[in-house]
Amino acid sequence: MGQTIIEKIIAHNIGADEVKPGQIVTVQVDRVMVDDIMMPFIVGKFEEMGFDRVWDPDKVVMIYDHLVPASQQDDTRHYKVGDAFASKYGLTHVHRSDGICHQLMTEAGYVKPGDVVFGTDSHTTTYGCVGAFSTGIGYTEMAAILGTGTLWVKVPETIRVEINGRLPEGVMSKDVILRIIGDLRADGATYCSLEFTGDTIREMSVASRMTMANMAIEAGAKCAMFTPDEKTAAYCEMELNDFQKSLVGDADAGYIRTLTYQAENFVPVMACPSQVDQIRDVSELEGTPIDQVFIGSCTNGRLEDLRAAANVLRGKKVAPFVKLIVTPASRKVYREALEEGILETLAESGAMITHAGCGLCCGRTGGILSDYETVVATNNRNFLGRMGTSKVQIYLASPATAAACAVAGKITAVCG
Amino acid sequence: MSCGKIFKFHNDLDTDQIIASQYLLLPTIDEMKGHTFESLDPQFPQKVRPGDFVVGGENFGCGSSREQAPSVLKALGVQAIVAKSFARIFYRNAINIGLPVIVCKELPDAVNTGDEMELSMEEGVARANGRTFSCTRLPAYMQQILNQGGLIASLNQEEA
Repeated sequence: MGQTIIEKIIAHNIGADEVKPGQIVTVQVDRVMVDDIMMPFIVGKFEEMGFDRVWDPDKVVMIYDHLVPASQQDDTRHYKVGDAFASKYGLTHVHRSDGICHQLMTEAGYVKPGDVVFGTDSHTTTYGCVGAFSTGIGYTEMAAILGTGTLWVKVPETIRVEINGRLPEGVMSKDVILRIIGDLRADGATYCSLEFTGDTIREMSVASRMTMANMAIEAGAKCAMFTPDEKTAAYCEMELNDFQKSLVGDADAGYIRTLTYQAENFVPVMACPSQVDQIRDVSELEGTPIDQVFIGSCTNGRLEDLRAAANVLRGKKVAPFVKLIVTPASRKVYREALEEGILETLAESGAMITHAGCGLCCGRTGGILSDYETVVATNNRNFLGRMGTSKVQIYLASPATAAACAVAGKITAVCG
Repeated sequence: MSCGKIFKFHNDLDTDQIIASQYLLLPTIDEMKGHTFESLDPQFPQKVRPGDFVVGGENFGCGSSREQAPSVLKALGVQAIVAKSFARIFYRNAINIGLPVIVCKELPDAVNTGDEMELSMEEGVARANGRTFSCTRLPAYMQQILNQGGLIASLNQEEA
């Protein structure tokens, strides 16, 4: 019988011919990502476990993103704890203000197709965009990996999502993944690998795939999987080896469910307050008044996202009472958007452009909302209280839709 | 079998509701625990007693990877969480810190906040409102981590 992509990766990692869903195995970790929020807790647990060395300092990447620049006095404690740990154990991959962890892990070349990667953030599923097995864990498990280089995992079952055809104008991969989450529901892929395939997927840029892999967790998935191809190879600046080329879901593999979509049927959608699986067509929400728009995050803060927003905003002005906040996902994205004139277009339209980082997505820095205010945002979660008080209404959308709403001062369809 | 009071919550209860992100920077779990379930029931930390139970629906603990979520519940003395299903990171985190997470499909719909309940992990049953409910047992590997008091204790035993 054939194998799914995740089964091939895990089998390869443990040196087995094949693995079966449900099997519990111990994997050798290729790379870990540690973010600033969890830093003191990870260090505390590492010491409590009595380790005196990090298993392989080259495999550890520390990224300060949620708390940079500091918005509260205590934030700097996290950098100090992290810096001291890095210096004590010889960690060299430390990013102190380069952007969001998930963007940097692939952009800076830390993750390759077929790798097994863990991170202390639930959106670690993102690296499935290049065909890596990556998922989020807690700080105690991260401390254990830092000491041992291993982790036990249960081989997940796989849900296959096949999309064929050409997406309509104005529809982005964000609209696609939101619709899929709406169909699967917030727990529809719990413990599973979500494997994406079809010619629509093959046509997508790695950045668009990243948006979908990022949000796989919102359906509960353990990981997202995309077959590495020539686009992946170009993005990772490498040639794919035979193992990486073999990471295709076999037709006779044991999929527990297959969802099939025709790309032409997708339309711009939003996740409505306050659940990620409350999906409505934007046309149904037309006219809902808004106070703020946020374009950024590890979901949608990349160059193509900012470009899509700029294309909508070019020559137009943000509605006078709306605050538009744009946060590039990384310093690299920021510079490229600057060189391409995207930032100029955005600034002329009235956008506030911030430093690269998690920004408003985690509700810690500029742009926090108050009771009964409404925000259209391109990030991945609209949970109660995520971007201010628990009475803030958060609608999740694509960058193109978000930009159209900023101009209209209300929810509106991108082509409308 | 030990008895406690039930605090019941809804489906898809996310980790932001258990402990909001603005409190994650507090230096210790003890300082954080007073903000548990703040957006849903601000009095929860005062009302809950050691040995009480949290009961949820489907997909309990979805959302972020913050281990502070099961940790504040454990610090408040919650004996176990019983839900129809759990989000995977929350589930792993709870076991790693030694907080029992019990899957039970029928119990959540048959109880309300304030009801008394008893749990026997050994027998794999829970009792409430005069009924007995069977619970799904953990895989042996995870039960072992839980029995040893969590991942740190488990690792220390492996070394010993």
